[in-house]
Amino acid sequence: MSPALPDGDDAPDDGALPASVVAGADERAFGVYLHVPFCTVRCGYCDFNTYTATELGGGASQASYADTALQEVTLAQRVLAESGLPRREVSTVFVGGGTPTVLAADDLVRMLGGIRDAWGLADDAEVTTEANPDSVTPQSLAALAAGGFTRVSFGMQSAVPHVLATLERTHDPRRIPDVVRWARDAGLDVSVDLIYGTPGESLDDWRASLESALATGVDHVSAYALVVEQGTKMAVQVRRGELTLPDGDDQAAKYELADELLTAAGLHWYEVSNWSRTPQTVCRHNLAYWRGDDWWGIGPGAHSHVGGVRWWNVKHPRAYASRLEAGLSPAAGREVVDAEAATLERLMLHVRLSGGMPVDEVPAENRTALAGLVADGLVDGRALLVDRRVLLTLRGRLLADLVVRTLAGFGD
Amino acid sequence: MSPIPSAAASSRIHPAATSPDLLRNFCIIAHIDHGKSTLADRMLQLTGVVDARAMRAQYLDRMDIERERGITIKSQAVRMPWGVDDQAYALNMIDTPGHVDFTYEVSRSLAACEGAVLLVDAAQGIEAQTLANLYLALENDLTIIPVLNKIDLPAAQPEKYAEELAKLIGGEPEDCLKVSGKTGVGVEALLDRIVELVPPPTGDADAPARAMIFDSVYDTYRGVVTYVRVVDGNLNPRERISMMSTKATHELLEIGVISPEPVPTKGLGVGEVGYLITGVKDVRQSKVGDTVTNAGKPAAEALGGYSDPKPMVFSGLYPIDGTDYPVLRDALDKLKLNDAALNYEPETSVALGFGFRVGFLGLLHLEIIRERLEREFDLDLISTAPNVVYEVSLEDKSVVTVTNPSEFPSGKIGEVREPIVKATILAPSEFIGAIMELSQSKRGELQGMDYLSEDRVELRYVLPMAEIVFDFFDQLKSRTRGYASLDYEPIGDQTADLVKVDILLQGETVDAFSAIVHKDKAYAYGVMMTGKLRELIPRQQFEVPIQAAIGARVIARETIRAIRKDVLAKCYGGDITRKRKLLEKQKEGKKRMKTIGRVDVPQEAFIAALSSDAAGSSGGKDAKDAKKK
Repeated sequence: MSPALPDGDDAPDDGALPASVVAGADERAFGVYLHVPFCTVRCGYCDFNTYTATELGGGASQASYADTALQEVTLAQRVLAESGLPRREVSTVFVGGGTPTVLAADDLVRMLGGIRDAWGLADDAEVTTEANPDSVTPQSLAALAAGGFTRVSFGMQSAVPHVLATLERTHDPRRIPDVVRWARDAGLDVSVDLIYGTPGESLDDWRASLESALATGVDHVSAYALVVEQGTKMAVQVRRGELTLPDGDDQAAKYELADELLTAAGLHWYEVSNWSRTPQTVCRHNLAYWRGDDWWGIGPGAHSHVGGVRWWNVKHPRAYASRLEAGLSPAAGREVVDAEAATLERLMLHVRLSGGMPVDEVPAENRTALAGLVADGLVDGRALLVDRRVLLTLRGRLLADLVVRTLAGFGD
Repeated sequence: MSPIPSAAASSRIHPAATSPDLLRNFCIIAHIDHGKSTLADRMLQLTGVVDARAMRAQYLDRMDIERERGITIKSQAVRMPWGVDDQAYALNMIDTPGHVDFTYEVSRSLAACEGAVLLVDAAQGIEAQTLANLYLALENDLTIIPVLNKIDLPAAQPEKYAEELAKLIGGEPEDCLKVSGKTGVGVEALLDRIVELVPPPTGDADAPARAMIFDSVYDTYRGVVTYVRVVDGNLNPRERISMMSTKATHELLEIGVISPEPVPTKGLGVGEVGYLITGVKDVRQSKVGDTVTNAGKPAAEALGGYSDPKPMVFSGLYPIDGTDYPVLRDALDKLKLNDAALNYEPETSVALGFGFRVGFLGLLHLEIIRERLEREFDLDLISTAPNVVYEVSLEDKSVVTVTNPSEFPSGKIGEVREPIVKATILAPSEFIGAIMELSQSKRGELQGMDYLSEDRVELRYVLPMAEIVFDFFDQLKSRTRGYASLDYEPIGDQTADLVKVDILLQGETVDAFSAIVHKDKAYAYGVMMTGKLRELIPRQQFEVPIQAAIGARVIARETIRAIRKDVLAKCYGGDITRKRKLLEKQKEGKKRMKTIGRVDVPQEAFIAALSSDAAGSSGGKDAKDAKKK
């Protein structure tokens, strides 16, 4: 299971983009997301598009996956070239999953090579891979660095064994300091992902996880509240009463603790769920999502966005591989974001950033609501008056969706 | 001869040409699920007016809602031929509504008859409403034919209940007929008994016409169809008739009898029951209880007993979607064509927007109207908690009539008067204690108690109507495991120590939640309502105090804590479309919120908070089914 693909229009078989994507392309960075749909085990909370079988058949098998993905790179290069878009070097690459590191470092490097061949990599390109602490060695990390990777993001999730057990994470938390050190020794920037609000996790458990993440000296932390998605094993456990979900208040308290400890350690929030030591250590690839830049998502179930057109690939690796082998675009559907939807997207994405959002992006008729949001302590009054930017306070970050609904004029 | 008269015999009972001696006008008095409609169906079949093929269950209940709920809202009259000893008779069966809300209509129906079949479920015995209607029939000097129905049921105890009936109406238990509407057993004997016992109508055939309207129904194609019982004289097609209360005259477009579909006739003679069509479009022009006479040769005096139906229970009806207001207005206008008792005025609520304050005969009437509005006009409605009418005297001696709690005067009040009812409760005697306890807690005063049989008792109380309207019936049912039945009739008013309790959200009064309650109950109401709202209103970005107050004095308080988290943690490439669509969906949901001050209150919260058990409790077949074993 994985989140259902959105409803959208049919995508053309040749993947061709409408002419409208060209406008403003010079101002948009271009990135590539590469999805690796494999894991050795599936965690109970996970709803990502990933598979644990090594043999899914044909081009969908782990062994031949790199070649299959490279077929989409070739297709992407052709489609972008034919759309009339200017040729842009790739400024960021992000390899996610699944667990990218179940593939050999060679495969990852080879796929990156294909991307470099297709468009060229910018000199300062950020190239990240997600990694499971279990599936890296000093050698594999060095190979990734040598192959052009600049950054690794470890799925640490928690330092507390019973929390990891509930999440069905199999790695040994004691490995974390080691893998972070190996990565840094290899010259890679390092981030760790944490999850809070797991059933059974106390505030002290969470504090322990934060402290142990900080003890590794990483420059970047992402911390996410656990969301139990329909269709996951955990959703079933919750429904059966085997697990009890913490409430929103508990998650809020944990978020506040995270912000406190991370800030004290010199990491500052730059997006609702992301903290970085310096402006240079942020994840530029993720920022591109929030800023509305262009990216092509390679792989089954991957989403893409180019100039106001969003599309998504078929989910199953088998269907994905066979479409590519037949010379067809693997897109399952797409949508051309209209003006109203684009306004809502900008609101919901830009408001999450520490740079705030220019007041001008709030529809004029809804700006009167800002005073109430300041009064309720959700929006920073000073930033609003002095910089004319909508900047969320700590409380506002926890209520960001409410702020978005208010600024989008819902309920009027 | 066969009970169904031959053509030759039938010629003597043509409408407009039937000797009153050959007419029998009767009705059936029965509790809601004691099988009246099934018995009527069987009579239609046995007398040959409906053949088996055309038969459908509850033939006479025309509205879907009637058939579904198994209750009759509007009465009907059917003419059936029946032969006894070579003589053909015309039997007019007048089907009366069974519910207390429609007592006025019942009394008009009774006035059109000389006899009544008292139909009682042989497994359950007589119920309070039946008893009330029986008393009405006795007051009208009707001949009562006691009948026990459903004798095919294993649980039937005909001997026991025959004795109970004999005690109530006099006579011997053996006089009680035993029938099964379901199997048809005993129904022929019942028809014979009607011919034998119900007196033929008497009236002056040569006098100016006087016909009493006992029902008036709006039909989309025909306009208003008026059901009448001719008392004196006769009515003829194409003549002008006059309504004696309004002096309005109309041309008679059609006159006839129902058998069981309308059949035009050459007129209606003395003692006959039938229908008139004049082309009027509103039942108010043809009011139940009014007297119809010939315009050319009018009667000097109307038949007695006419009164305008008076609304006893009021409730605000609001469309959930404000743009449906015109639809609601048109729908009420349409229903009013067929319901002289329905009245309404536009009303504005701060909380609910534009709507109507609607007066009803009682809770069932309210429930039926609401359901018809929702079903037939596809409306989603919020109805405020029903309330009765209060007369409030101010210090300057002026009197304010309050039909909406939010209009209750603030400041110095001299006296508040509330309507009271005489309530009759029938129940197995084991529940006497429970019933007394309940009635006392509802400010009831015991008037008397009688044993109907060894183990069944009748209790008579005077109760404030407001308590009945609130949750008395529900409580009665639950405390007697469904065995008690209740009937009540308004008998006047009394002074009472009543206060208005307001509910405030963040300091702002929510008019829809204001209630007039007895001083001793104010605190309980405040605690109940604030507690309910705390559960129903979602947390907002600020703390929301909910208070219950009498004037400026706060009597209960709850707080909805501010929400702390409302954000999706992850929002990466693939999440964007998903999340935007989710937001777009939430926008739709937000439209179903009402904003009070700055507090967003979901429609569901209003509905749940206002559905104080009262609105859904008044009866209908479902409610009564609880007692079936």
